[in-house]
Amino acid sequence: MSEVKKIATRESYGKALVELGQEHDNIVVLDADLAAATKTSTFRKAFPERHFDCGIAECNMVAAAAGMATMGLVPFASTFAMFAAGRAFEQVRNSIGYPQLNVKIGATHGGISVGEDGASHQCCEDFALMRSIPGMVVLCPSDDVEARAAVKAAYAHEGPVYLRFGRLAIPVFHDEETFKFEIGKGEQLTEGNDVAIIATGLMVDEAMKAAAMLKEEGIAARVINICTIKPLDEEIVLKAAKECGKVVTCEEHSIIGGLGEAVAALLSEQCPTKMRRVGVNDEFGHSGPAWPLLKQFGLSAEHIVEVVKSF
Amino acid sequence: MTNQERQQLAVFACHVRMGVIEGTHAAKAGHPGGSLSAADMFTYLYNKELRIDPKNPKWADRDRFVLSKGHTAPGLYSTLANRGFFPVEDLKTLRQIGSYLQGHPNMNTVPGVDMSTGSLGQGVSVAAGMAKAAKFQQRDVNVYTLLGDGEIAEGEVWEAFLFAAHYKLDNFCAIIDLNGLQIDGPTAKVMNTAPVSDKMAAFGFNVIEIDGHSFDEMEAAFANFKACEGKPTAILMKTTKGKGVSYMTNSVDWHGKAPNDAEYEVAMNELRAQLAELEAAQ
Repeated sequence: MSEVKKIATRESYGKALVELGQEHDNIVVLDADLAAATKTSTFRKAFPERHFDCGIAECNMVAAAAGMATMGLVPFASTFAMFAAGRAFEQVRNSIGYPQLNVKIGATHGGISVGEDGASHQCCEDFALMRSIPGMVVLCPSDDVEARAAVKAAYAHEGPVYLRFGRLAIPVFHDEETFKFEIGKGEQLTEGNDVAIIATGLMVDEAMKAAAMLKEEGIAARVINICTIKPLDEEIVLKAAKECGKVVTCEEHSIIGGLGEAVAALLSEQCPTKMRRVGVNDEFGHSGPAWPLLKQFGLSAEHIVEVVKSF
Repeated sequence: MTNQERQQLAVFACHVRMGVIEGTHAAKAGHPGGSLSAADMFTYLYNKELRIDPKNPKWADRDRFVLSKGHTAPGLYSTLANRGFFPVEDLKTLRQIGSYLQGHPNMNTVPGVDMSTGSLGQGVSVAAGMAKAAKFQQRDVNVYTLLGDGEIAEGEVWEAFLFAAHYKLDNFCAIIDLNGLQIDGPTAKVMNTAPVSDKMAAFGFNVIEIDGHSFDEMEAAFANFKACEGKPTAILMKTTKGKGVSYMTNSVDWHGKAPNDAEYEVAMNELRAQLAELEAAQ
């Protein structure tokens, strides 16, 4: 069996920025002393004059990026999700969201899979925070191919975009040759009418593994990849709910305020459907190697299978 | 500066103050105190210092002004209106439903407003980002921002000052309004931010201290700013909160309170008298 290629989406972020930088000279990248970790160091190396380190001062970085946007630049402000969505929330809300400025927030190290650094750095609240800002586009790509496409789509989109990337190397399952990305469009990955598994980020690959396991038990699961947490592709979700009658959402995020609640809100109003949310329950993470941690928090194919069969 | 210019500025400032009273009275809310303390600075900036075109508010190479102490929007709006960016009558719609004159500045609705502000500490960062962008783009654009002395207790302000000095943003001018009062009382008692001058010097700024009601001192300060290379400038202006209206002068109460009908009449009569005196002297 050949080894599946694994790439962290933060690597994809750095790579896509360099490609964009070659095409567009209005792109600038800001960091808060984490360029080596956010992988924007690749951009810094290629375009040192267009990379601005802001030091360990995320609030200023985010608001300074807003100022740059008013001058016609397209800034990508990069730091860990905890600090971009968490610490600088109010700067994102008031200096980017409210004036609708064309700033892209590249947030790496989202979720539990940050691993060893532990709870202080494991941001499981960013979807909830960013979704609550009017006009904010929230993207969480599922692999390298989608991540690079998402960065380019974020650049092409006029207005604020929050991009969540991961630290952990995860399987690449999209085919670059045929893959098409559009903000606001979900992607159906498997056929099935017994249950819809709606997943985002690294949980998409787990959902597909779960679907393969369920298939062996005679359960046909429809896996849907939702990269755009906001605006949600309501059409694909409603169709899946109607045709499958049962929905499970999967995300490396708190079950409060993320994809699960977005889907639940839509379905409860427009197509009440039995559903369960797989995600981080109302608790903090802790230190440990990423894969065992994900398993421990129920963010695994095995747990998705259990949940699907439980209702 | 000629005597005539000085007189013209004083007349304009008097109109700015009247607009502040008109707006906050009509709104039954708003922040007159800090708007009045900065009225002379607004006047100087928009008449003498900023390269702007009221007929083309989005002119790409204009100088930028960010009102970091965004609650003094009544002062900024009145200045913009009196400078021809929009009708002076509209000042009476301040804070009303449907008005483009929001309680705090909105860059997408008000002609001449370069950045939406109101949450203290953020505008100065935005302004520093603008100044850095202008440098990067090699554009001859200066960026000015006005902060309050209470506002500078926000940690982000000092992050922005580090950034401005680190990147040697000599096109960046931070004006700090030292009126000494904030909502909860004297700044020295609420959270002492003094000595501001020493702090700014230590942060690597070209520091200039002026009387914030002297147009001559402003003229000299901005000339100094434009002559200074390799570091950002801080203009620390000592002002009187509520200046121009007797009962608002140096009063904490008038930080964020609107005049009622009787108080409005008193304030407007005082300002009309000041205006008449200035015009008689011309």
